[in-house]
Amino acid sequence: MLTASRSVDQIGIQERVARLHSRSIKKESKVQALILALSMIDLTTLEGRDSPGKVYQLCYKATHLHERFPGLPHVAAVCVYAPMIKVAKSALRGSGVKVAAVATAFPSGMLNLETKLAEVTRAVQDGADEIDMVISRGRFLSGDYDYVYDEITRVKQACERAHLKVILETGELVTLDNVRAASDLAMAAGADFIKTSTGKVQPAATPEVTLVMMQAIRDYHRESGRRVGLKPAGGISKAKQAIQYLVMLRETLGQDWLTPNLFRFGASSLANDVLMQIIKQSTGMYQSPGYFSID
Amino acid sequence: MPGIKSTLNFDTDWSYSPAPQSSGEVTLRERYGLFIDGESRPAASGEYFQSINPATEEKLCEVPQAGADDIHRAVAAAREAFTHTWSRMPAAERGKFIFRIARMIQERARELAVMESMDGGKPIREARDVDIPLAAAHFFYYAGWADKLDYAFPGRSAQPLGVAAQIIPWNFPLLMAAWKLAPALAAGNTLVLKPAETTPLTAMILAEIVRDSGIPPGVVNIVTGGGETGQMLVRHPDVDKIAFTGSTAVGKEIMRVLAGRGKRYTLELGGKAANIIFADAAIDQAVEGIINSIFFNQGHVCCAGSRLFVEESVFAEVIGKLQERMETLIVGNPLDKNTDVGAINSREQLERIQAFVEIGKQEGGEVYQSSCRLPDKGFWHAPTLFSNVSQSHRVVQEEIFGPVLAVQTFRTVDEVITKANNTPYGLSGGVWTDKGAKIFKVTRDIRAGVIWANTFNKFDPASPFGGYKESGMGREGGVEGLLPYVRLGA
Amino acid sequence: MMSKRLEVRKTHKLFIAGRFPRSESGHTFHWEAPDGTAAANICRASRKDFRDAVTAARDACPGWSGRTSYNRGQIIYRCAEMLEGRSAQFREELRLQGASPSAARKEVARAIDLLIYYAGWADKYAQIFSRVNPVAAPYFNFTVPEATGVVAVVAPRESGLLGLLAALSPVITGGNSCVALAARDYPLCAVSLAETLHTADLPAGVVNLLTGFRRELLEPFATHMDVNALVYFGDDKAEITQAEKNAAENVKRVTVCGRADWESAAALNPYAILRTQDTKTTWHPIGL
Repeated sequence: MLTASRSVDQIGIQERVARLHSRSIKKESKVQALILALSMIDLTTLEGRDSPGKVYQLCYKATHLHERFPGLPHVAAVCVYAPMIKVAKSALRGSGVKVAAVATAFPSGMLNLETKLAEVTRAVQDGADEIDMVISRGRFLSGDYDYVYDEITRVKQACERAHLKVILETGELVTLDNVRAASDLAMAAGADFIKTSTGKVQPAATPEVTLVMMQAIRDYHRESGRRVGLKPAGGISKAKQAIQYLVMLRETLGQDWLTPNLFRFGASSLANDVLMQIIKQSTGMYQSPGYFSID
Repeated sequence: MPGIKSTLNFDTDWSYSPAPQSSGEVTLRERYGLFIDGESRPAASGEYFQSINPATEEKLCEVPQAGADDIHRAVAAAREAFTHTWSRMPAAERGKFIFRIARMIQERARELAVMESMDGGKPIREARDVDIPLAAAHFFYYAGWADKLDYAFPGRSAQPLGVAAQIIPWNFPLLMAAWKLAPALAAGNTLVLKPAETTPLTAMILAEIVRDSGIPPGVVNIVTGGGETGQMLVRHPDVDKIAFTGSTAVGKEIMRVLAGRGKRYTLELGGKAANIIFADAAIDQAVEGIINSIFFNQGHVCCAGSRLFVEESVFAEVIGKLQERMETLIVGNPLDKNTDVGAINSREQLERIQAFVEIGKQEGGEVYQSSCRLPDKGFWHAPTLFSNVSQSHRVVQEEIFGPVLAVQTFRTVDEVITKANNTPYGLSGGVWTDKGAKIFKVTRDIRAGVIWANTFNKFDPASPFGGYKESGMGREGGVEGLLPYVRLGA
Repeated sequence: MMSKRLEVRKTHKLFIAGRFPRSESGHTFHWEAPDGTAAANICRASRKDFRDAVTAARDACPGWSGRTSYNRGQIIYRCAEMLEGRSAQFREELRLQGASPSAARKEVARAIDLLIYYAGWADKYAQIFSRVNPVAAPYFNFTVPEATGVVAVVAPRESGLLGLLAALSPVITGGNSCVALAARDYPLCAVSLAETLHTADLPAGVVNLLTGFRRELLEPFATHMDVNALVYFGDDKAEITQAEKNAAENVKRVTVCGRADWESAAALNPYAILRTQDTKTTWHPIGL
């Protein structure tokens, strides 16, 4: 069912990215962009050693980014492993911050489909607002697109009201042609968001794969009328990068995608760097990381 | 206009703040001089003309109008320097002077970029990222050839010709000067360069750099002036070689003037390149390629992809995406780092472009222009698209030299190759397809001197550039770029 | 006793599109051997003949430049074979035109060897004059020489065989087709050469040979809009000036050659091929 997908020229993409990166944003626009970036972050902890204590601390940070600077938004969501959903839900009650959970044998996806679906069902029952699934890369790369399409549609069913992000793991797909094909496949199968990476494989999100995914979203929107969101994840730790992604978003998909409903950053240390830049813009002084909480 | 109606909304609450490159860091003189025999001096007549900033219409400076006396003096200085100094210098030493020039261009890069942008109207980002670095690179590349000419032409030794007269256009002022000076000097010639009338500024700084490099007086001479100055230079009897970049009409005039004089000459003239997009191309990158081919540098590019051919099955998609992309092009203050499309070089050129757009409309072409707001002062033209035009339309046949693209559809390969070659020009061409064999076949069949496959408007000092047919003869860049400046002996 | 058998005199024709027509004008001019022992009526090619020859050359060009260079080399070598086979005839004609027997022998030998020389370059000159250019970006960038197209050749005045071959061999080796004006005073070899090329399987229209007067033909040679280049052998300043002026109409590439270019060792020179080549540079990204 995977119809002929678009071919993508890597050098052409690199050059487009380079030109987008030469966009220069100053002062008022920059602060607005930084604040928007904050509101798009999915604050993430996905470690084997995560515990309720860790998650509570992260959730507090999610709603109290930097007390000393009033008027900051909260982040879009907190992203945790499924066993931590209930902890996060209770910590974030009434805050407006969503709880996203990774499921489907994250990060490898190497488990039978039934067990993965059960994991998703349980996560949704525990209260997850959003589910981040991984596709079966081995199946995709060996050409079994029907399997991948099928697993996405069934996970989407299991999600019920929760929104579904489909992680392509672009680092394992390697070529931009594959990224484009996987994006098209995921959207056709019902993804609400397509996401670049688990963050566990290098390279994670890059401007090149993100641009390709934006182009896929744009073409899908044109054909179906449906708006799919995008989440680059992993490797985005600097405010400058975040702004470059927003510029890319603005010039490829336009105003309507500049909202946390359609764009997220999967990141953990990004928030502090963005905060430092916001404070720097308002005080004129370069900041030190030591003045910002690490949770 | 067929095309997918855009539902994407590019107006945002936050816009790119003007990010102007400060022009305060460059010091402009009120007047510059002719650079002859190592010294800066006024014209013998005392006459000056002014150069203005096409974005603001403000005067930038005055430069001398070189007359017959000045041309004589410049050619004589070049001859003297050739005979007594430059041709006697060991080649490796000549190379070292050229390396110095390269380095100094890099050192003064920021200043040169700002001046290039103010004088010619091109966006600072292009001047900074393309023009100036490439100019330095050309000097760097050819510097290394100076003492290696024995390897360039198998079985032949290469001797310099003598004195070269070089006339350059206003679209890439410093870069064109580099394309002329570097190979000429590397091959052991001396020269007299005349920059374009509307863009003398960076040539004046280049003169300072040449002087500061310590290169012997008279090796490089730079004289400013208009068309008449150029004519005098071309006609001068003691010039051995003429190099001209400009319009085909003037190129032909130069050929007539030089008839029977036994001078060597190279011409880099106009173009009306075909840019061909097949259905199996990487479409988004091809659209970006279209933008690069015709809208950057305001379309003031001899090798611009000004005739777009799109395979009919993907026409709607390509045009739709092209129109969307055109909407995101920022037209405005060239000194703003965000500007994509700068000012048109002169009122004259703007009127020429506007006249062509009128012709196109009268010929029945359908016009699309991006919705950018143009500043009140200065010379500006919005990126423009003509569809419903064919090979018989004047806007498809004639070189407009502005941000105006003519679009046609095609159905088969042989049809598009025939149409691509159906022009007296032959400077460049573009092909977008994912199929390897097709790339090699189509690039081979297009009759042009530079063919870009799955890319466009790429330049490099190692890469020969020049035209077939009425786009000129001779090459600049690479080993081929040395050939016009040498005499081959046994 | 047997009376002396009457020989059949040759009718000297033009060579256009692989056929031997008379001039469409019907005109001829009289050639006489310096020692008076022979004479002939040689076709006086008109501008219309030239026009037809250019059409033939243009038609033949894609096919000729589209052949493999190996194939072109073989055909040019066969021209040498045919010339060798007819050496006696050419020596006789040269002698009639005023050469001493030893000079005639030398000229024929050099002509054959010149053809062989260029036959050998056909599949090699591209290697000498091509490049892969090391550009500072992820692109494969290569430069190759290509035939410029239809070439008008004004052969040396002073030589009917070697000069003519020195003028047109580099042109066809490089994949061009041509229309050549032979030396007015040495027309016999030109006509025989046409016959020789024809039997060598040189495709029709690749070489077209005209006999006639420079003063009548130089103008169409230099003004024809479908001729891409002009190779002129000679030193007449007025002719050169007018031709170069006319060439500006369609930016013809003009090369002026002198005696040394056909008579000396300089006649054997791959750079002569470059006179009628344009170079093409192609870029392609290196990526995924």
